[in-house]
Amino acid sequence: MTLASPETGLNPSRRSLLAGSAAAAGAFSFGFSIPFAGEAAAQGTTSEVNAWVVIHPDDTVVIRIARSEMGQGTLTGLAQLVAEELNCDWAKVTTEYPTPGQNLARNRVWGNFSTGGSRGIRESHDYVRKGGAAARMMLVEAAAGEWKVPVAECSAEKGVITHKSSGRSLRYGQVAAAAAKLEPPKDVALKDPKDWTIAGKPLARLDTADKTNGKKIYGMDLKMPGMLNAAIKDCPVFGGKVKSFDAAAIRTMPGVKHVLPVGDSAVAVVADFWWQAKTALDALPIVWDEGEHAKVSSEGIAAWLKEGLDAPEAVVGNQNGDAKGAIASAARKIEAVYSYPFQNHATMETMNATARYTPERCEVWTPTQNGEAALAAASEASGLPLAKCEAYKIDLGGGFGRRGAVHDWVRQVVLIAKQVPGTPIKLIWSREEDMTHGRYHPVTQCKLTGALDKDGNLAGLHMRISGQSIVAGIFPQNIQNGRDPVVFQGLNASGPEASIGYTIPNLLIDHAMRNPHVPPGFWRGVNLNQNAIYLECFMDELAHAAGKDPLEFRRALMKNHPKHLAVLNAAAEKAEWGKPLPEGVHRGICQTMGFGSYVAAVAEVSVSAEGKLKIHRIVAATDCGHAVNPAQIERQVEGSFVYGLSAALHGECTVKDGRIVETNFDSYNVLRMDEMPPVETVIVASGGFWGGVGEPTIAVAAPAVLNAIFAATGKRVRSLPLKNADLRKA
Amino acid sequence: MAKFNVNGTMVEVAVPDDTPLLWAIREQIGLTGTKYGCGVAQCGACTVHIDGVATRSCSLPVSAVTPEMKIVTIEGLSPDGRHPLQQAWIKHEVPQCGFCQSGMLMAAAALLQSNPKPTEADIASEMTNICRCGTYNKVKAAILDVAGSGAMGRG
Repeated sequence: MTLASPETGLNPSRRSLLAGSAAAAGAFSFGFSIPFAGEAAAQGTTSEVNAWVVIHPDDTVVIRIARSEMGQGTLTGLAQLVAEELNCDWAKVTTEYPTPGQNLARNRVWGNFSTGGSRGIRESHDYVRKGGAAARMMLVEAAAGEWKVPVAECSAEKGVITHKSSGRSLRYGQVAAAAAKLEPPKDVALKDPKDWTIAGKPLARLDTADKTNGKKIYGMDLKMPGMLNAAIKDCPVFGGKVKSFDAAAIRTMPGVKHVLPVGDSAVAVVADFWWQAKTALDALPIVWDEGEHAKVSSEGIAAWLKEGLDAPEAVVGNQNGDAKGAIASAARKIEAVYSYPFQNHATMETMNATARYTPERCEVWTPTQNGEAALAAASEASGLPLAKCEAYKIDLGGGFGRRGAVHDWVRQVVLIAKQVPGTPIKLIWSREEDMTHGRYHPVTQCKLTGALDKDGNLAGLHMRISGQSIVAGIFPQNIQNGRDPVVFQGLNASGPEASIGYTIPNLLIDHAMRNPHVPPGFWRGVNLNQNAIYLECFMDELAHAAGKDPLEFRRALMKNHPKHLAVLNAAAEKAEWGKPLPEGVHRGICQTMGFGSYVAAVAEVSVSAEGKLKIHRIVAATDCGHAVNPAQIERQVEGSFVYGLSAALHGECTVKDGRIVETNFDSYNVLRMDEMPPVETVIVASGGFWGGVGEPTIAVAAPAVLNAIFAATGKRVRSLPLKNADLRKA
Repeated sequence: MAKFNVNGTMVEVAVPDDTPLLWAIREQIGLTGTKYGCGVAQCGACTVHIDGVATRSCSLPVSAVTPEMKIVTIEGLSPDGRHPLQQAWIKHEVPQCGFCQSGMLMAAAALLQSNPKPTEADIASEMTNICRCGTYNKVKAAILDVAGSGAMGRG
């Protein structure tokens, strides 16, 4: 592994990156081993057919991937989409990441780098496929030109172009250089998904082998010549500052090189090795100015949110009919209050980045869900213009939203590196720093009031959400008229993103915003997680109150929502809803829509006399429209239950004295193998649209289990997580 | 100066006695396949073998390791990355982000060494490593596959 200085003077024109240029290959190196970069330089004939497709003389196809890979399989899925249209040999496909700086320099030819909101594939399928198709057309045209025959007489399959009537053929690697010189086609037609042979298939991921032998390099593993390591402590109370620290007390500890302020709220120790830096930092006397939030507690926050449940002022998210009137005149009124805690993303790899700063240039190497946002953070923290900065993406040891919208750790490492010019600095957060300086799954409560008519039909529903707004915390400029649209995820009247699956004659869903000082963030599943618990558990309560089967009660409200209904039915059918279960085992069901996809789940649980929960089986149905890689979708659905059930069973960050109490996995437990149920995934790929798969299923994990717990015990758990609930039968 | 046998090679590292073995392996010896996840022996990302026993290296000071002990890291699990479990991990496409998988594999290898035919319940109780992406069921399937194949016994 060597530190190759990445290319700096990128010419924005496509031609300048063309074939043959060793620089083109080197330009995509992020400083350590990149597949084929060295070979390409040696061969000297690599051809960039277009921004998405690079072809080597040996027919190796390098597909450029703009989105980040954090385990979700997007890298493989996007490569499948390009390869499908390229008609190349899948066995010869490899991938590489263009850098954010190159994207800017080339007029954002690779589009958006942001990898969140389950958008990796669903937002870029069109242009990446067109990239593959255009490259194929240029390769065919190049071959036809060489043969001096009409393009229409030539075809391409598995990386070989054939002129049928003369029996001639050329491999992509033989014509790539010529193809690269052609003008890109203006009209590019895409295949009908029914004709797919690479996309839509459960192909093996491209990135597995190195994850089994220790060779995979994560940000935390980076090594550079002359590199120093940094550990950091930010003020434990959000919004607090450093008052003073006694650097002299640790200056002579082993390996310590620098003790540095980082902004006005943090201190870093820079040492030869990270363990030395951390040890010295732990010994460093720091006096904090804890600021105005030093007395805030979970109890205080909960009381403030509770007040919002009945506050006169609230912003309407979805409304039809007269919900309050319907409730006032209802035969029966049902009411319940739910609450959801702060939760940490708890990625397995803690936040980290490496930076090298000189007055002329600032470079950052980091696991990020949005390389362009990391670049922007580097520019802002360094004070250098974007063109003098670069960010190199490294595959993530988990993202889940923590490494997307906010790049606080990148800002920190640049602020440190700026004080040690010319020296690469690797900053690693301790788990304790990571747990207590997250961007938390926001805290909300919800009061639901339902009106049942005399026949037990739902005549009206008021859903009042009180609590934190992620958008207000991260993108306050996007709050319009006090409204955070994300708060209403899954509850919208209509739309392809996250609409409610029920038609309720009188409906009011509103939000009383209450923003505690604990910083919120986009957390895998976002507000859909809380909203699905609130609505789907309350639907169960209403069905029970009406004396109806929870599935039938829902179906009666879903006639105008065929896609929602179809996945609900698919889950129910697979789980054999209504059929007897073994003694003591009970089912719960739920459905929702988010991130463009429709999802539903059935959980089978039992609860022992001692109140111990066992989840026996999960059945989950997903309609994501087009299924690009069913094997990876299945893994995302299964993984979503680990993430969602971790949250439901264990996830809780409590606040005391203005700071987060839970500092590690001993106090912030997560689901482990002994609690993991078997998951059966039903992929309902109805086609015609592109939905996400990384997040939506998380939202149905908790309500399916909570509803099953009620069926098993008669107990409604309305306050998460379950670890705080007594599940012994009443 | 501490002296270790790591993956069959004797190495000397100059670190204070209370330095966790994990950080000596990662920073002094330079083997980064073993991961830092929690530092308190909770998550298992740092699992290595010490005389064949799965050990969480983040919480073991180097002073507790003698030169006679045989430390094996993920890099030394097999000479060519083709340990039966590594092959099963690839066949079942176990990893998602992959960060926890070095530890998972080392824990699984030690489990099969001591219990070549574990039941599902054995696996669930012995494999306490944390994976946040959610690969548990694939981990379990891969271990059962290897246990059922008898590949470990032949090794």
